[in-house]
Parts: sequence; structure tokens; C-alpha cells
Amino acid sequence: MGVGSFFTSRLDEAIGWARKYSIFQYPFVTACCGMEYMATACSHYDVDRFGAGLPRFSPRQADVLFVVGTISHKMAPVLKRIYEQMTEPKWVVAFGVCTCTGGFYDNYATVQGIDTIIPVDVYIPGCPPRPESVIDGLMKLQDKIAVGAQRY
Amino acid sequence: MNGAAILERLRARLGASVVETHDQHGDHTAVIERTALPAALGLCRDDSDLGFDVLMDLTAVDYQKYPGREDGPRFEVVYHLYSLRWNHRVRIKARVDEDDAVVPTAVPLWPIADWLEREVWDMFGVRFEGHPDLRRLLMYEEFVGHPLRKDYPINRRQPLIGPQI
Amino acid sequence: MAETTRREIMLGEGSGTGTGQNLTVGLGPAHPAMHGIIRIVAELDGEIIREADVEIGYLHRAFEKDCEVGGWNNAIPYTDRLNYVSPLINNFAYANAVEKLLGIDVTERCKYIRTIMSEISRVCDHLTCIGASAMELGAFTVFLYMIKAREFLWELVEDVTGARLTISYGRVGGVRADLPEGFEAKVRAAFKQTREVLDEVHRLLTGNRIFMDRMVGVGALSREDTIAYAITGPLLRAVGVGYDVRRASPHWAYDRVEFEIPTQKDGDNYSRYLVRMAEMEQSMRIAEQALAAIPGGPINVDFEGRPIDPAAYVDQGKQGKTEGLLLVPITLSPNLEGQNRKALERVTAHDKRVVLPPKETAYGSIEGLMNHFMLIMEGYGIRPPQGEAYFASEGANGELGFYVVSDGGDRPYRVRCRPPCLPPMAALHRMIKDEMIADLVPTFGSVNMIGGELDR
Repeated sequence: MGVGSFFTSRLDEAIGWARKYSIFQYPFVTACCGMEYMATACSHYDVDRFGAGLPRFSPRQADVLFVVGTISHKMAPVLKRIYEQMTEPKWVVAFGVCTCTGGFYDNYATVQGIDTIIPVDVYIPGCPPRPESVIDGLMKLQDKIAVGAQRY
Repeated sequence: MNGAAILERLRARLGASVVETHDQHGDHTAVIERTALPAALGLCRDDSDLGFDVLMDLTAVDYQKYPGREDGPRFEVVYHLYSLRWNHRVRIKARVDEDDAVVPTAVPLWPIADWLEREVWDMFGVRFEGHPDLRRLLMYEEFVGHPLRKDYPINRRQPLIGPQI
Repeated sequence: MAETTRREIMLGEGSGTGTGQNLTVGLGPAHPAMHGIIRIVAELDGEIIREADVEIGYLHRAFEKDCEVGGWNNAIPYTDRLNYVSPLINNFAYANAVEKLLGIDVTERCKYIRTIMSEISRVCDHLTCIGASAMELGAFTVFLYMIKAREFLWELVEDVTGARLTISYGRVGGVRADLPEGFEAKVRAAFKQTREVLDEVHRLLTGNRIFMDRMVGVGALSREDTIAYAITGPLLRAVGVGYDVRRASPHWAYDRVEFEIPTQKDGDNYSRYLVRMAEMEQSMRIAEQALAAIPGGPINVDFEGRPIDPAAYVDQGKQGKTEGLLLVPITLSPNLEGQNRKALERVTAHDKRVVLPPKETAYGSIEGLMNHFMLIMEGYGIRPPQGEAYFASEGANGELGFYVVSDGGDRPYRVRCRPPCLPPMAALHRMIKDEMIADLVPTFGSVNMIGGELDR
């Protein structure tokens, strides 16, 4: 192992550490889960403690896509377009069971899990998930961001 | 006016166009011939004793699989009217067959009928004659069929993107 | 001299009519300043909206079709997710529509519980509406305060129902469980905190120059248009029509409490804001009166019989040793307070065709077990007689009606929800016509569009 690769891996770690505490999220809020998203984002549960307090309402400025709520087939192309507009590096969180699997909406209108359309990094189940489990999912995402290979 | 008097007034003014009436569970209902629907709804709105100024709801029911009504007219278009002035309600219904599922529009009487009729068209495929812009309200244009019809399977998906399941 | 047009006020004298230069802009479905997924195709003349076409349906998840699949009670969780900001009202309104079809009446205590929980829900809804629309105008503090207040109320809801948001608490023939012990004191404490927040918000917003400039006279709809578009709820009361289902056709305990129906006369966004603020106070007043008058008193959970371990109790039942077990007052459902036999008798209708027996009875006696099976098994269940019924309650956005049709079977033949926020959305293009594009945001906020209810 040469000196160069030592530096690269240490640099990766440092960048990963920095990145995991500066999550700029794009909340793609469609449905009921948005209420719990609001609760998580506000002072009571305070997602700012994890460096994820600032939602960016433009996909181009965000690096984590929070898909919050049921995605219908009418909405699916919009979601894909938004995902494609985000710049690398980017992560996706499926917030709530509708985004994970379609939930109990097994019908003609609902997409059965957003991972049929876009790749997903963290799944947060629950209908809707409590803020505690949202924070748990967020911490899992932070771990994933910190240990993964960093592109810069 | 109580419910019975409302139905009496409708019968007196519309004659044979009133097919049947009932007051199940206190909801007074009149089934009207489809052709007489504009006259009936107009009467409900403009008669000062009836004074139904609000079209609370407009929907339809598909009776294809209803016991005893499999052969009869397939759809029932249901109007729920409310009078702010008199605080009374009435339900008006009209029956239509599947192969001639057309009902006169109520948009000239109440503008809210615009969206409600679009929804009924979207979900049941009942057309409204004279509607200014009858297109789907909830589903997308590419969608084929009318999902709330009883013969539309609940999980027949028509995805725009992604796997075709 | 020709009258100065709005275009001239904006762009200066001699700016012409702007004909033929209009720009068509699509806003949404994922738009940063709108908390809801709709698409507005606006034809802009400069910054003024000349024409707008509103497209909805992005959250259509087949509520009405899903209801036809399961039994009558299985539709309750779907009704939660109609207006997910005030799900309790949906639960109760749907349950009451089915009860109307069945011709049964719920107990007095249940009526009071429905009243109390509906009003708490309504406060939550108005808090969210005002908080979110104030945030979109830059008043972020208000949003934080109101979500804080909502959190206090959600703790109450959680105490009663076991969930914060999607509660599935209503049942055909009653509610799922009785109120927990010490609920009244908790409600009073939470209301005190909520009132403090409302007071703060009043001081922050009601006379605030920036807020008023954005809200007064914006998004107005005339009284005639409001009625013609079948708009109910706060938007109708903001044009001076005091229509409220709670007063017009009193149900539950609304005829036994005193409350006012706040109205305004201008019909603009500011009036709607004032109506909602006043309504929250009235809702808390109703809940407090109902709590003071609720019959049945506190639930006595003092067991006089032998203390038996619930697991042992079930085992005995399985071995057929059921004699006398019905007489043993024991609770088997530790996960939610107020589900034991005594409590359920208070809050559910005494009708075996409709209401599930308490768990002790289901585990402890063959009659109870059969009763349970008959209600749960496919092909049995609740079977209302053939017919149709419409029941309306006052949702947070207006008249929330459920039209249910039964074919005599164990599952609904048709469930139709009259969504309170569809009519204002249908009239949205009238509210935003000839106004600035930036004013679209507060107008959309004041409509309080809830996707689950609008698109179903």
C-alpha cells in the first residue's frame, strides 16, 4: 500500500464525515407521511441535530431525496424526473410504507414501491413512521454516506 | 318544508317524470327520468320553497353486480342537494344504461358540477351531454377504462413508467 | 380619462393591454412553495395570472375502490388517510354513515367521545393549515410554534388511540376503546399550552403589516360564487354564511354544547385566516364542555375477582374450562387502555350484529368466540340491509359526507366520500384569476388542500 492510497482513504473518511453532517434534503412530499415529516423537521424532534435541518426545494441543490408519501402512477414520471435532476452524489430515502412497497394500497393507482422506478438507499417503514424511526433511518443513511466510496 | 313535502312538490310539478321516491333512513330520494333531469334540477334550485342552492355532491353507482338489478339500468347518477336557506336536503337520482350512458349536464346550474361530472366520467364512464370540457379529472389521459366500474379489476395497473405489472 | 388598469399600476402608464404576449407556465406538481401536489397551468401576463387550469389526481389511491374489497370495518383505515390532518373526523363520519344504514344508535358516552376527539382533530387541522401557509409567506416562527402546539394535541390523540396520525379509532357501532384515565386533566393542560401558542400567533400575525399586505383582499371569492361552487367550511363562513353541519344538523353531542360559528364577510385570505383562528378557540370550548358533561364518569379498573394471569386465562379457555370465567373481571388487552369489557360496554352500541365482543368474552366463552368469528370471517361480518344512506359531519374543511350503498352483503357495495376540499380547488382558478402569481401561494394555502381527501 503506497503513501498515495493512504492519503486517499483518509481523505475519503474526512469527506464522508463532512458529508454525513451536511445533508441537504429535497422533501418530495405527497401524502400523509408529510405530517410526520413536518413533525420531525420542527423543534420537537429537531432534525437539525443531525445536520439535516435545511430542506432545499430544488433538486439541483439537494443531495438526499426524501420520498414522503404514496406515489401514484400519475406521479411516477415526475418523481423520476426529479431524481434525474439531482446532481451526484445523491441518495434516496423511502419514507413510509407506501414508498417502500405500496403499503395497503394494492390497487390500480399506486406504484408498488418506488424502487421499481428509482434506486433507494434507506427504507423507513411505518404508516406513517414515527419521528423516532425517521431519525433512526436518517442515522442509517449517515452511516452509509460516511463509509461509502466518496466521489468528488 | 319537510322531506315528504319536497317529494310531493316534485311529483306535482314533474308528473310522470318522477319514476319512484323513497325516504330510507330519513334521506328523501326521488328517481327522475333522465330526460327530465335539467327541469327537475332547475326546479329544485329555482323554486323558492325548495331553494336548493348547493349541489353538495354528484356521484354515480354501478349496479352491475347488485343482487336483483343485474339486468336493469347499469348506472345511477346521484345528486345530493342542500338548501342553505331552508336547511333541508334531497337526493335526486337518474338511471342510465351502459350502452347509452349519457346524462344532461348540470354545469349551467351549478359550476361545481364541472369537476364532479368530470370525476364521474373518469371513474364510471358516464358522459354528460353539454359539458364544456369533459376530460378525466383524477386519472391520467393514457389510462384506459373506468376504474370504479364493477368489472374493472382493482389491481389492473397501467403504469406510465417502470415495470408493467 | 380611461380607468387605470391593474396592468398599468404594475407596469406604468402606456403599458398597453398585453394581448398576445402571454406566457404559459406550469406550476407543480412538485412545487417548492406549495404543500400539496397539484398542477396549475397558468397563463401569465407579466406577473398577473390571466387564466389558470388546475389539474389534480396526483394522489389518487383508489379509496373508493379499496373500500369495496374488505368488510365494512376494514374501510376505517382507508378513511384515516383521506384527510390525514384530522383523521378522527373521517373515522366517525364514515362509521356514522354505516350506523345510519344499519339503523343503530351508539351510546351517549361514545357520542361525547366522538365530539371531543373530532374537535381536537379540528384544532390540529387548523394549526397545520395556518402554520404551513404562514411559513410559505416567510413566517417560519409561526410554523414552528404551531407544530409545537400540534405535538401537544397529538400526544392526547396518542393517549386515546395508540397512534399519532393514522389512528383507526372509530368503529361501526362505537369506538375502539374508552378514554384513558386522567384524560381530562391532560386535555386541559394541552389546551392551555395551545391557547398560549394561539395568543403568540395572534400577536405575531394578526396585526402584522407584512402578513396583512399579503392576505387582505387577496384570493377573494364572492358570496354567490362560493355558494355556487358548493364550498363549505371556513371558506363559506369567511363570506358571511354561518353554515356549519354541527349546527344545521346536530349529531353526536353538538346539540348539548354551546359554541359560536365565527364568520367574516370579505371572503379573502385574511378572513379565512381569522375564521380558522376563531374556530380553534370554539373547538377547544366544545371539547371542554363535552369533557365536563361526559356521562359514565371515570372507568373503574379495580378488579375484585381473583387476579389471573391473562395467558393462563386463555389457556383455561382453550381447555374448555369456561364456566364462570365470564364473571371474572380481568383485562386482557394491555396494549390500549379502555378496551376491557366494562369500558367497551360504555362506548359501543349493544348490538351483536355489529360490534366485536371485548377480548375477554371472545377468549373466555364460546358465545363470545362465535360472535367474534361471525363478525370477522369472510362472508359473514356486518351485514347492513340493502339500501343507501348519506351522512354529513363538519370536517375541518367543510361538509364531509359519506354516501354508502349496501347490497345486503358483508362488504360495502359503494362508499363515496364527499371531499370538503374539492369544491374550493374547483374554484381556485376563479380565486387566482387577475392576481399576482406570488399571491397564488397564500391563496392555495388558505384553501387548505389535503391531497388524500381531494384525490382520494
